[in-house]
Amino acid sequence: MKELRDPAALRGLLEDIRARAGRLRRTPRLMEVCGTHTMALFRSGLTPLLAEAGVEMVSGPGCPVCITPNAVHEAAIAAVTGAEGLTLAAFGDMTRVPTRRGSLQTAVPARGSRLRIVYSPEEALDEARREPGREVVFFGAGFETTIPAVAYTVKRAAAEGLRNFSVLPALWLVPPALKAVLDAREVAVDGFIYPGHVSAVIGAGPYEFAARDYGVPGAIAGFEPGDILLAVRSVLGQMAAGKPEVALEYGRAVAREGNAAARALMDEVLEPYDAVWRGLGKIPRSGLRFRPEYAGFDAGRRYAAAGGAEAAADMKGCRCGDVLRGAIRPESCRLFGKACRPDAPAGPCMVSYEGACLIHFKYGPAGRGRT
Amino acid sequence: MCLAVPAKIVRLEAGGQGAASYMGSEVRANFSLVPQARPGDWVIIHAGFAISVVDAKEARATLRLFKEMAAAERR
Amino acid sequence: MTKVSLELGSGGRLMREFLAGKIVPAFRDPLLGELSDAAHLPGGIAFTTDSYVVDPLVFPGGDIGALAVNGTVNDLVVAGAEPRFLSLAFILEEGLETATLDRVIGSVRNAARRAGVRVVTGDTKVVRRGQGDKIYINTAGVGRTVARPRLDRVRKGDKLILTGTLGDHSLAVMLARGEFGLRSSVRSDCAPLLFLLPLWRAGARWMRDVTRGGLATVLSELAERLPCPVLIEEDKVPLSRPVRAASDLLGIDPLYMACEGKAVIVAPAAKAAALLARVRRHPLGRRACRCCCACRMLSRRCGDRSRARAGGLGRFGSNPGGCNAASAGRCRPRRRCWP
Repeated sequence: MKELRDPAALRGLLEDIRARAGRLRRTPRLMEVCGTHTMALFRSGLTPLLAEAGVEMVSGPGCPVCITPNAVHEAAIAAVTGAEGLTLAAFGDMTRVPTRRGSLQTAVPARGSRLRIVYSPEEALDEARREPGREVVFFGAGFETTIPAVAYTVKRAAAEGLRNFSVLPALWLVPPALKAVLDAREVAVDGFIYPGHVSAVIGAGPYEFAARDYGVPGAIAGFEPGDILLAVRSVLGQMAAGKPEVALEYGRAVAREGNAAARALMDEVLEPYDAVWRGLGKIPRSGLRFRPEYAGFDAGRRYAAAGGAEAAADMKGCRCGDVLRGAIRPESCRLFGKACRPDAPAGPCMVSYEGACLIHFKYGPAGRGRT
Repeated sequence: MCLAVPAKIVRLEAGGQGAASYMGSEVRANFSLVPQARPGDWVIIHAGFAISVVDAKEARATLRLFKEMAAAERR
Repeated sequence: MTKVSLELGSGGRLMREFLAGKIVPAFRDPLLGELSDAAHLPGGIAFTTDSYVVDPLVFPGGDIGALAVNGTVNDLVVAGAEPRFLSLAFILEEGLETATLDRVIGSVRNAARRAGVRVVTGDTKVVRRGQGDKIYINTAGVGRTVARPRLDRVRKGDKLILTGTLGDHSLAVMLARGEFGLRSSVRSDCAPLLFLLPLWRAGARWMRDVTRGGLATVLSELAERLPCPVLIEEDKVPLSRPVRAASDLLGIDPLYMACEGKAVIVAPAAKAAALLARVRRHPLGRRACRCCCACRMLSRRCGDRSRARAGGLGRFGSNPGGCNAASAGRCRPRRRCWP
């Protein structure tokens, strides 16, 4: 895929983008909602180059670990510190999210219990199969890219009659969040860069409301610099023509109809509900929970934040919620780079692989007087 | 969480299990979500699961597009 | 913190706070307070110690025995000392297979021979089954001081040399544990860094071996003691193919992955090219590169030490503008990128 990083090709695309942006009435502001896009933009240096070319990029709620409220993170901590002989399995970055009860990583497990970093929910399922006497809880946070995998493991656990496996769910849907961002009218968004791998599962259909009801153009993008620039160019073209749609600029990995098998699996095991997002509040039908027939696998029914959900507030001074809405850039947070750093974070945005604050800290322009 | 990579299916086993090759390393993955995939196909792998099959024709078209853009820019 | 957490042993901030907050004040010893890789004692002797805990005991490229020798040898080398003698202390768990123990002892012997050190004293203890993790090893090392690292001499514009690829040891151990369903040809880079000793005479200012916590941890400790941030060009950091693959697949950051045979060297600008060439001549240094800049003053407030120190942790950012896209936008010739 190195052709998609060829400087000459990228230069050409940037020039095209500059020309198109120049013909618009004002500087277009495009929102991406995927931490991996944020990272790709920064690592390749595209953000300042796009700014130079007359396009402003802003990050939306693209980090599932970050939008998961502290109440759920604290529930995971309660599980591993309160129950004996329990394995709490989670993706690596989730273990460093700071809460008022510390993080999963610094929590001292109860006797015989342990935290285990996994890369796939299947690893947790395997442990449950191998050790029937042990309770295994998988802390699953993710968007539609990850949700089918979680649904699959629960379905398998049910089919195999496993009684020692459960999932602490933090499952979020992207399109309702986009709608919430548009409805809030807090951040002016001229176009969306849609997340390529979420789209591989859900297809293009769920975004069509943005074009049809809000007149906001968008393009589904892959993660190479070339993929992103193609998508930006497409969105500018839609703006110029006054013809908003959901363009597919990642055809090699995404079919317009998405992955029906994956969606069927999600639908079988999970149902939508009105979930509360960090920073965005309650959004209708924006989260997924286990259907009644799978309720036995919902670890959220057994483990909750030790002081109660209301007490599990964000850390003092943390503005992660504002960053997630796109209302502020990480650099505008008073704590950024000082009291909040990757090794001493004040919130999840500074620890998740897809957290905007971490990405800005690692890759943002240096020497802003903020070390 | 969009962290996912394209990998080439090396082996499909029973129960949706199998292995794919990425940059010389072999990774075990679950292929239940892409029942139409065959060994030799490229898939997108995320969190140990293949979530879609790469469309080879589209991939070639994209690479061709970029080669042309690079050539045009160099002229 | 009322109880010790696993995190304390990981070599990161929690450990540094522990050392600074509990250990150093408890002893108030100027040599200890330096928290150097090895202490330089009066009489030209350097002294260091390290303990080794690894699961599994044996992995591609090495075992706990080799680690126990090379880790301590390397601490002496990067502190400016020629390793001469080691102590070897075992804490064994009841029930350990003697075949395993024999293998480990053999590895210690081979590694010691390769590193030119003599194992001259030691100890053996056995604990009940379940009260130890098969084998714990402690080695103390004694060497002859050949140079004194001078962090205070590090200047703006000094270059950082990394002696080779990152993360191989960490990945080899992870895969040997059967984690992540990943198989690759990766091998631990466990090796003695003796070939770096001549660099002290040739002008190296400071060195540290890259172990637990990875390059990022070394650089952030360095940045904490320098008045300005450390930036690296991430794309230049050498990675073996298996580590690159694992990083993409698993989301692990190679900058934080442990090595056991790599070091970071601070070189004055004028000597950097020559030092790099010397490192590259050795088989273990073939992939060495200059990928970092120490002490790059980037902000107009650079004179304000307190502000820089408040940040502390080194900032790791790729070249503003990145490698490829920057040259796309600005046609900047490669040699003007970060060296």
